[in-house]
Amino acid sequence: MDWGWIVDNRDLILELLIEHIWLSAIPVVIGLAVALVLGVLAHTYRWAYPPLLVVVGVLYTIPSLALFIVLPVVLGTQILNPLNILIALTIYSGALLVRTVVDGLDAVPPAVRKAAEGLGYKRLTRIVTVELPIAIPVIVAGLRVVTVANISMVSVGALIGIGGLGELFTSGFQIRFVTEIIVGLVLSLLLAVTADLLLVFLQRKTTPWDRLGATA
Amino acid sequence: MIEFESVSKRFPDGTVAVDDVSLVAPQGKLTVLVGPSGCGKTTSLAMVNRLVDVTSGRILVDGKDVSQTDRVELRRGIGYVIQHSGLFPHRTVLDNVTTVPRLLGWDKKKTRERAYELIEMVGLSTEQAGRYPAQLSGGQQQRVGVARALASDPPVMLMDEPFSAVDPVVRSSLQDEFLRLQDQVGKTILFVTHDIDEAIKLGDKVAVFAEGGHLAQIDSPGDLLAAPADGFVASFVGRDRGYRRLQFLPSDGVGVRSAPTARIGDRALDGWTLAVDGDDRPLGWLAPGADSVTQDRLEPLGSTFTKTDSLRAALEAVLVSPAGLAVRLDDDGCVDGVVDHATLAEHHQASSETAHSGQESR
Amino acid sequence: MIGDVWAYLTAAGSWQGSNGFAVRIFEHLQYVAGALLVAFLIAFPLGLLIGHTNKGVTVAVNAVNASRSLPSLGLLTLVVLVSGLGRAPVLVALTVLAIPPILNATYAGVRGVDKGAVNAARGMGMTELQVLWQVELPVALPLVWSGIRSATLQTVATATIAAYVALGGLGRYVIDGFAVREFDEMLAGAALVSLLAIVLDLVLALATRVSVSPGLREPRKQRRTSPLKRLAPGNQSTATAAG
Repeated sequence: MDWGWIVDNRDLILELLIEHIWLSAIPVVIGLAVALVLGVLAHTYRWAYPPLLVVVGVLYTIPSLALFIVLPVVLGTQILNPLNILIALTIYSGALLVRTVVDGLDAVPPAVRKAAEGLGYKRLTRIVTVELPIAIPVIVAGLRVVTVANISMVSVGALIGIGGLGELFTSGFQIRFVTEIIVGLVLSLLLAVTADLLLVFLQRKTTPWDRLGATA
Repeated sequence: MIEFESVSKRFPDGTVAVDDVSLVAPQGKLTVLVGPSGCGKTTSLAMVNRLVDVTSGRILVDGKDVSQTDRVELRRGIGYVIQHSGLFPHRTVLDNVTTVPRLLGWDKKKTRERAYELIEMVGLSTEQAGRYPAQLSGGQQQRVGVARALASDPPVMLMDEPFSAVDPVVRSSLQDEFLRLQDQVGKTILFVTHDIDEAIKLGDKVAVFAEGGHLAQIDSPGDLLAAPADGFVASFVGRDRGYRRLQFLPSDGVGVRSAPTARIGDRALDGWTLAVDGDDRPLGWLAPGADSVTQDRLEPLGSTFTKTDSLRAALEAVLVSPAGLAVRLDDDGCVDGVVDHATLAEHHQASSETAHSGQESR
Repeated sequence: MIGDVWAYLTAAGSWQGSNGFAVRIFEHLQYVAGALLVAFLIAFPLGLLIGHTNKGVTVAVNAVNASRSLPSLGLLTLVVLVSGLGRAPVLVALTVLAIPPILNATYAGVRGVDKGAVNAARGMGMTELQVLWQVELPVALPLVWSGIRSATLQTVATATIAAYVALGGLGRYVIDGFAVREFDEMLAGAALVSLLAIVLDLVLALATRVSVSPGLREPRKQRRTSPLKRLAPGNQSTATAAG
């Protein structure tokens, strides 16, 4: 373990870390937005859910590396364009989260839904202001899984040139330098733990009524 | 027969769930354990098939100490029905029912035949034998649960709040059918419930448990209602126990007098007239002051009672009758007399006094 | 681009030889099958035990969470650097990574079995082993299968990445193709591994359908309850947990 190297290269490490954070965070945020829209639609128009699930299932089945490569062909971009990774990860996150959003909405007690309807809520308002907040614990549980998965998958991008902390793995492997790899692993782990804690904190803040929280 | 001899259960954390309970659940009878939450009734039941082990004392099933019998063997010889049925969701109704016989290695064909019989006996159709629990209603699932417990024809059955998880209407019909079933099979049953009305309706003997796990009283339902052992039992038994007790007192012996009957078209009598048809079957009451008996002036009968009905049925008939007279019918449904409230009350008073002096001389 | 790739994929020559598609697909399948088999043999009994006895849950949960947080590329490169180039350490890594999803799904599945049914089974006189085998396992099966599917997809993906640390399989096309900027080759590899993943998933989905009792399927058709009962709270069917 070469501590000296770490000190000397802290700028590079920091740069890669920040790149990694961007590459993980953006797909999750956009993926969530897309999943919320699609999820609400699928929950409301139930007939659309099964076909959506099939599409989502296929997307999720494709290995990440493969998706990074196949996507450019579909989108018409260059294979080595970093945008591919962002889009691919967004698709992954969205695919996983759609299922979670629908599950979360399904878990809202029917009594609540009926009461809201009876009180005079319009459908969309009801879904957004009543059902979604109640679905938060389920959705956050899914978010936690997706976020951690994303953080892992960003590294894979290093195999085709852009991968945040993943570059420490490829670089370290090429020059047989274990320290680099360990730094990458530790930072990935810390990032994952931090993100997870952040999400739990956000969940607590946004659902003060749910002391018993929906943790696995 | 099931016997508890000074049975106690103390859990590792110190809670005493069952405190020195001794009772006998007679052969072929339905004994109900009833009480509020935490009174030890469920734990007591669980000690019979050793889902929980006794801390002190003994439990004997048909004379054998349960702690001396191999647990698994013991359980295969005792029918067990629980709340929410606990049916195996991955097995069909038929496969659920044949569970214990299969565990015992019975002949497959015989087992299936018996299973079909039982399924019908509990009020389901044979075509439902191939369904899965998820396809049945709560009430139907409970019936399958009972059939499953009866499959190996065990002499003894344990039932833990079997009807509590269904709605009142379904519960009532399940109870009625269960009583009918018990008439046919005559098992020794230990039945747990928190509902005193259910206990009184179903039990040949009712054992009331109090918080802390001790047995407050064990008696027949009628005696329980007549003479609760202490304040706790009295309040647990609930309001109207005097009235409810009447269902355990017979009505024959009450002095009925002949009914003021008349046919349609006849002259009305002074006072209330009971209109009857050609066969002396009652049609309704005619208020005083009318000339003749016509259909349109009749008021509804309310309810009637027969010689074999309880005093409660007779009192009910008096209370709802517009004339203040209860109409008694014979086996063919023909009017055989009326009785008023005062006569009923006198009869009840007299029989209470006899019972009371009878008790004192014991 | 697509036209070129199609030509590449369908050319007979591409399928033959030691770097042909046939060989690589087979290699990939071998890695995946091997890793899954061993992982299953370890994780399944362990999961059954943890689920049935309810002991060791915290340890299992933490182990599962930890493994999810570690980037597979990092693990693979570390393993190879530490134990030298060669297939064995990589295969071990693949196996270890496949354990958590199967373990998780198995114990969650067993724990999720209706406690009433388990209690009734015990009360009726089943031995502990019979309870596990005849009641808990069949009811947990849907979840167990979802764990296997999850592990399969993960292993296919990781095996692809493992080509970077000198494993064979379909990842070779991606890694080697990238090295010489041969995009057709990369794309061919990506397309093939995607297809492989989809086919495997479908096979497992079929296996699930065939082996799971119809009584466990949702939604519940042919329910004979009154419509009013169906509207009562708590009577709606819950969403399936199986992936």
